[in-house]
Amino acid sequence: MTEYDLSLEAIRMSGVYPERCMKCGKCSGACPSYGEMEYHPHQFVDMISKGRIKELMESDSIYKCLSCFVCVERCPRNVFPANIVEAVRTLSERRQGADRISPDTLTEFIDGDTPQQLLMAVMRKYSK
Amino acid sequence: MNRIGVFVCHCGSNIAAAVDVKQVAEALGREQNVVFSAEYQYMCSENGQKLIKNAVKENALTGIVVCSCSPRMHEATFRKTASEAGINPYMVEIANIREQCSWVHKDITAATSKAIILGRAAIAKVRFNEPLTVGESGVTKRALVIGGGIAGIQTALDIADAGYKVDIVEKKPTIGGKMAQLDKTFPTLDCAACILTPKMVEAARHENIKLYTYSEVEEVKGYVGNFSVKIRKKARYVRENLCSGCGACALKCPSRNSGNEFNTGLDKRGAIYIPFAQAIPNIPVIDAEHCIKFRTGKCGLCQMNCAAQAIDFSQKDEIIEEKYGAIVAATGFDIINLDKFGEYGYKTYPDVVTSLEFERIMNAAGPTKGHLERPSDGRQPKTLVFVQCVGSRDTSGRGKEYCSKICCMYTAKHAMLTREKYPDTDVYVFYIDVRAPGKNFDEFYRRAAEQYGVHYIKGMVGKIYDDGNGNLMVRGSDIIANEQLTIKADMVILAAAAKPDDSARSLGTMLTASMDTNDFFTEAHPKLRPVESPTAGVFLSGFCQGPKDIPETVAQAGAAAVKVIGLLSKDRLKSNPCVARSDSLICSGCSNCEKVCPFGAITYADARVNDGTGMETRRVAVVNEAVCHGCGACAAACPSGAMDLMGFTSKQIFAEVDAVCR
Repeated sequence: MTEYDLSLEAIRMSGVYPERCMKCGKCSGACPSYGEMEYHPHQFVDMISKGRIKELMESDSIYKCLSCFVCVERCPRNVFPANIVEAVRTLSERRQGADRISPDTLTEFIDGDTPQQLLMAVMRKYSK
Repeated sequence: MNRIGVFVCHCGSNIAAAVDVKQVAEALGREQNVVFSAEYQYMCSENGQKLIKNAVKENALTGIVVCSCSPRMHEATFRKTASEAGINPYMVEIANIREQCSWVHKDITAATSKAIILGRAAIAKVRFNEPLTVGESGVTKRALVIGGGIAGIQTALDIADAGYKVDIVEKKPTIGGKMAQLDKTFPTLDCAACILTPKMVEAARHENIKLYTYSEVEEVKGYVGNFSVKIRKKARYVRENLCSGCGACALKCPSRNSGNEFNTGLDKRGAIYIPFAQAIPNIPVIDAEHCIKFRTGKCGLCQMNCAAQAIDFSQKDEIIEEKYGAIVAATGFDIINLDKFGEYGYKTYPDVVTSLEFERIMNAAGPTKGHLERPSDGRQPKTLVFVQCVGSRDTSGRGKEYCSKICCMYTAKHAMLTREKYPDTDVYVFYIDVRAPGKNFDEFYRRAAEQYGVHYIKGMVGKIYDDGNGNLMVRGSDIIANEQLTIKADMVILAAAAKPDDSARSLGTMLTASMDTNDFFTEAHPKLRPVESPTAGVFLSGFCQGPKDIPETVAQAGAAAVKVIGLLSKDRLKSNPCVARSDSLICSGCSNCEKVCPFGAITYADARVNDGTGMETRRVAVVNEAVCHGCGACAAACPSGAMDLMGFTSKQIFAEVDAVCR
């Protein structure tokens, strides 16, 4: 997959239209992890729409995001920057440790208390 | 016997490029009752119209079908042509083969057959057309302006100067509106009051202008040229004819608990008060909710101290009924409520204020006498942070999706004035885009940045919080520097989005004037008829039509006045003959039509009818043709088919449908 296609995939997975962004920077003005992040919420939105996902995938920023969603809360244009960070992180995880979990190993977690939705989410996130 | 002529227009290549006009003319020429069919390059041109006139005379035509552009464009042209050729103008039908055919289709074969079908429908309809006669109605030579801000005042002055009577209805106790609250005006920095108050005085003294302050429009009936309006003049509890405006009552009033609206609630006023020094009329009003006399029955200090004996606690609201030929909506704006913007801490922190509050703080007649003092402790702030687009350009549902247009400029003004008067201050402005496209606007904004050293930061504030030691911390992004910064601020000024005044919505309903989803009045045409409402006789002035600064508002106010003057200068108005008509023989008296009529044009009356079984008295619908707008709601609602819209009768519509489906 080319870098551009990978970016499109992240956009598709996040369900976000980065073109809605009017580049006001409010997300980055609100972000509590700003100082820790190499790339900031508004840059995630900007770079993903330009097809520059590799730098984001290789950056620590995807793990510095707290997923607190304050960027989503404050955004005046319904852009959901946190969802883009999440999508980039997911793509990065899938690529690095492809199939870190398989249906076979998943059975270990089935104990009657674990919700099925959690198991499905884990499958979606950690396998190709 | 119908003798119909068909005229197919090429509209240059607009129609002819996508529709085979020759084939259309030939096909329609074979239709029943069609005795003449031709095509021509421009039917609306002199020569095209001559072709129609000659055909009418030579073929003794009784009906005309023009296959051309939308009837909105040239129906009036062709009706006039018909009239000049000696047939009733309502015997003309237009088949729209441009907007509804050639412009939207590429396949010439399909477009041609569609054009033929549209032409057939028009022919089928014209067979049932009846000659209609245009009625006439008089014009009441008096205009009503709703709203007494700069928009309303300017409109009224222009109408009055042209020699027509005009009344201003203002819901507040004084005229002046928002402009009276402003300190300076951009980009020239002249004092708002200095340029507004002479206009207020002129409006009050003008022999053709009557002011109804502290009054609201309650009911609007009628139609263009003949509106009948009920105005509620709220009780001031002060007799206007006796009051000398000395202000002794306001000084003696012991109640001091009411927020002073003129100073945006930053200080208190008495229960009896004159809104501000240059208020017009200069007559106090009693706020009954906070008045001790009204609440407890004891007090009356104002009454005792009134030398003119003008105080009258028993005064009641008064309803005034007046007739008008034209109505101008000039209801202005307000700023949005910031409750949904918790991140800015407005109301949580007293030193976070709106721009309108800042106007009052900077104004010499304001609560701080023009000294820059912050609300919490009266200290002069050293670091001020301005935040733009607070709720503007916001599609998240918390604010307004449009640009409020005035904030960039007034923020530049505030920042500049602050730096000018207090050079020891640090002033920051967080902006998304600086929009300064007016005359001398960009130069003004650049002066703030370049000469006055205002720090413009491209980015937005994400959070305002207290650091625990009573310091106001502003955290925001600087996306050009790619950094997040936290500023220790003494005061924060929010450029809250502007919205149409709350009274606009109910007024729009009363006037049957259409509005957009943001409650701005809709203009009849966004480019070519910007100061007229689609409802005849209703005009728009100022912010109520869309965000505007003062120069634009004044320009639009003048334009609205010209339209009003044009209307009032006529002695008779031609009315649309395409109105509803009820057949009393068929009417069952069910009242459905009366209920759906948005204009109150239908009443019920007893009529003597004979449907073949002998004379009897029945309750039947009667349409007031002068009030009817011809919307057709009644015709659609009538269960017995008694109601018909002239020019669009059920018979005509069904004939069209049949022709299309043939």
